[in-house]
Amino acid sequence: MKMTGAEAVIECLRQENVEVVFGYPGGAVLTLYDALYLAEYPHILPRHEQGAIHAADGYARVTGKVGVCIATSGPGATNLITGIATAYMDSSPVVAITGQVAVSLIGRDSFQEADIRGITTPITKHNYLVKDVKELPQVLKEAFYIARTGRPGPVLVDIAKDVFAAEIDFVYPQEVKLRGYNPIYEGDINSINEVYQELCQAKKPLFFVGGGLTLSNSSEIMRQIVSHTGIPVVSSLMGLGCIPDDNPHNYGMIGMHGTYAGNMATTETDLLLGIGVRFDDRVTGLLHEFAAKAKIVHFDIDPAEVNKNVHADIKVLGDLQWSLEKLLERVKERSNLEWQEQVAPWQQQLNNWKKEKPLTYNKNSEQVLPQMVIETVSEITRGEAIIVTDVGQHQMWTAQYYNFKHPRSFLTSGGLGTMGYGIPAALGAQVGAPDKKVICVCGDGGFMMNCQELMTIADLNLPVKIILLNNQVLGMVAQWQRKFYNHNYSHSSLKTKADFVKLSEAMGVPAVRLDKKEQLSEVLEKAITDEGPRLVEVCIPENEDVLPMVPAGARLDQMIMGG
Amino acid sequence: MKHTLAVLVENKPGVLTHISGLISRRAFNIESIAAGYTEEPDMTRITIVVEADDKYELEQVVNQLSKLIDVIKIIDLTGQDSVHRELALIKVKAIPENRTELIGIVEIFRAHIVDVNKETMIIELTGEEMKIDAMCELLKDYGIIEIVRTGKVAMCRGPKAAKEV
Repeated sequence: MKMTGAEAVIECLRQENVEVVFGYPGGAVLTLYDALYLAEYPHILPRHEQGAIHAADGYARVTGKVGVCIATSGPGATNLITGIATAYMDSSPVVAITGQVAVSLIGRDSFQEADIRGITTPITKHNYLVKDVKELPQVLKEAFYIARTGRPGPVLVDIAKDVFAAEIDFVYPQEVKLRGYNPIYEGDINSINEVYQELCQAKKPLFFVGGGLTLSNSSEIMRQIVSHTGIPVVSSLMGLGCIPDDNPHNYGMIGMHGTYAGNMATTETDLLLGIGVRFDDRVTGLLHEFAAKAKIVHFDIDPAEVNKNVHADIKVLGDLQWSLEKLLERVKERSNLEWQEQVAPWQQQLNNWKKEKPLTYNKNSEQVLPQMVIETVSEITRGEAIIVTDVGQHQMWTAQYYNFKHPRSFLTSGGLGTMGYGIPAALGAQVGAPDKKVICVCGDGGFMMNCQELMTIADLNLPVKIILLNNQVLGMVAQWQRKFYNHNYSHSSLKTKADFVKLSEAMGVPAVRLDKKEQLSEVLEKAITDEGPRLVEVCIPENEDVLPMVPAGARLDQMIMGG
Repeated sequence: MKHTLAVLVENKPGVLTHISGLISRRAFNIESIAAGYTEEPDMTRITIVVEADDKYELEQVVNQLSKLIDVIKIIDLTGQDSVHRELALIKVKAIPENRTELIGIVEIFRAHIVDVNKETMIIELTGEEMKIDAMCELLKDYGIIEIVRTGKVAMCRGPKAAKEV
């Protein structure tokens, strides 16, 4: 069928079952936007390209489908960069389509020209520059395929302006053949057997689960393994929700702000099984002392993750769907009781740690404390909401105090730690999950980094609830300054004359300020159950710390405790 | 320890950028990199000499490079029976009274003189790295004006192509 390059892009989106695109028009994509207009293709217009990419990312994380965003050349494309890097670090499947100046103008420092392919090379799974319309269908087919398969990630397709107008006889390729890209779905069965042998021997085995479980949709299999064996499980930030927080074998998050029980267990375990994790420095603390008493098993689909940070004694490559299914088969060879007998003393040890030093804070405080806010939100939503955070103290409090029940219910910028992620990602998440309660928890710092998207949320009447924990400081920065920089609060104060409630209302999101402990439940409950978007600004003290805390570079059991 | 990797990649624009970008981002120690066409028109072969402290570091280099979509295959030629060569062009001062000596050195190294003028000559030498180093060392005394080296290329001995290994 004859059509223009722009129409071909839309046809490709249709073939890939893309429900909606997040984009922002501009010179180099005008032809594409004309085609979107004529095709009445579902499109959401955030107020900043960074909003578009984070929204596409949030959409992808909630749905598991590929999120799509569009931006124009030059500044439009460069505004995507933070979002692309965010998606890359957290393996989120996103396809970013950018316009490029016309082929004849490339390389001449033309108006709104930027080498976005060169710029995004280190932060994309793959990227393309399309200069010939004939390549367009094949490139887009590959882009979607690469973004969602194997270890997912962002793919950028840069398309020269004249390609959108050029004519093509459109045929969408049925398959993708890439000699250099063959994700390992089924690994070596011997590695599973080896792991099983080790599991049977271990006295203190520990599962450490991460975002890979969510990405591979294999949380359910993991839950079965955990409930059959009773082997304790801890999680990375990205793994929260894979095993419900109220599961008795779950000891929560480990790492810099992990639980006491979780970090102690990691220090003492004799067999650590990392499942879809990448042993980030925020998890390991002092690397060579991490799980020093343990044999380490690493399950991952990406061979480059194994032995990158932590050296694995056994590697289990392959899709977790495959490897965990095989492991489940093996562990079922022994009865629940046999496993129980084997790990009971170890469970007891973890429970003691948990009882000894649970996550806690000053519950008698007269002021509203952030931990109370998160606990209240958790109670109101009974763990059924989709929680999106920004980055900083509130992110850690949310990770610690929200009672997660489901995978894909906690969206956060874990790897890159992108301030400004929360609001646009919540927007995208709500588009992807229209029937769910989507709640964005953010701080007063990150809020300002993409608060323009309140306008988008209001205009689309998306029922996103924003809980703005306002401590008038860059909380995490101030916490480090308090602990490690002699209380020199260098430029971390955000005391302002601005009024967040008015700002929110000016953009069309009804808002309320909350500073009395007695009103906490009532105000939050109302905001969360009301229809339409709401913002609740909660005034919290500026010097509350996130605890426990493992100082950067310290061993995991060297926690600063609190409460 | 130094490792010689044969990296087979798609002959597409941007491949070298992807590879060199990855090497610098992951802070791998690369000693040389040489790229050129192969027997297949859509395939380029890049020979990389990398310094790796241990097997984990080498594994990371190979795994990270393998992750690039356009990288088809990587073969570590280090432990294998293989031929390693590099080509160097050396411009050296050659005043008339030194010429005989220089020609003697060129013969000993089985090199070639590919350009001569009143003051200098260009010597072309092919061989393993150490041989080139040795010749450069000898020529120093005569006054080296410039050196250009291709970086190493390598190939397995025996009947099989690297892509079949």
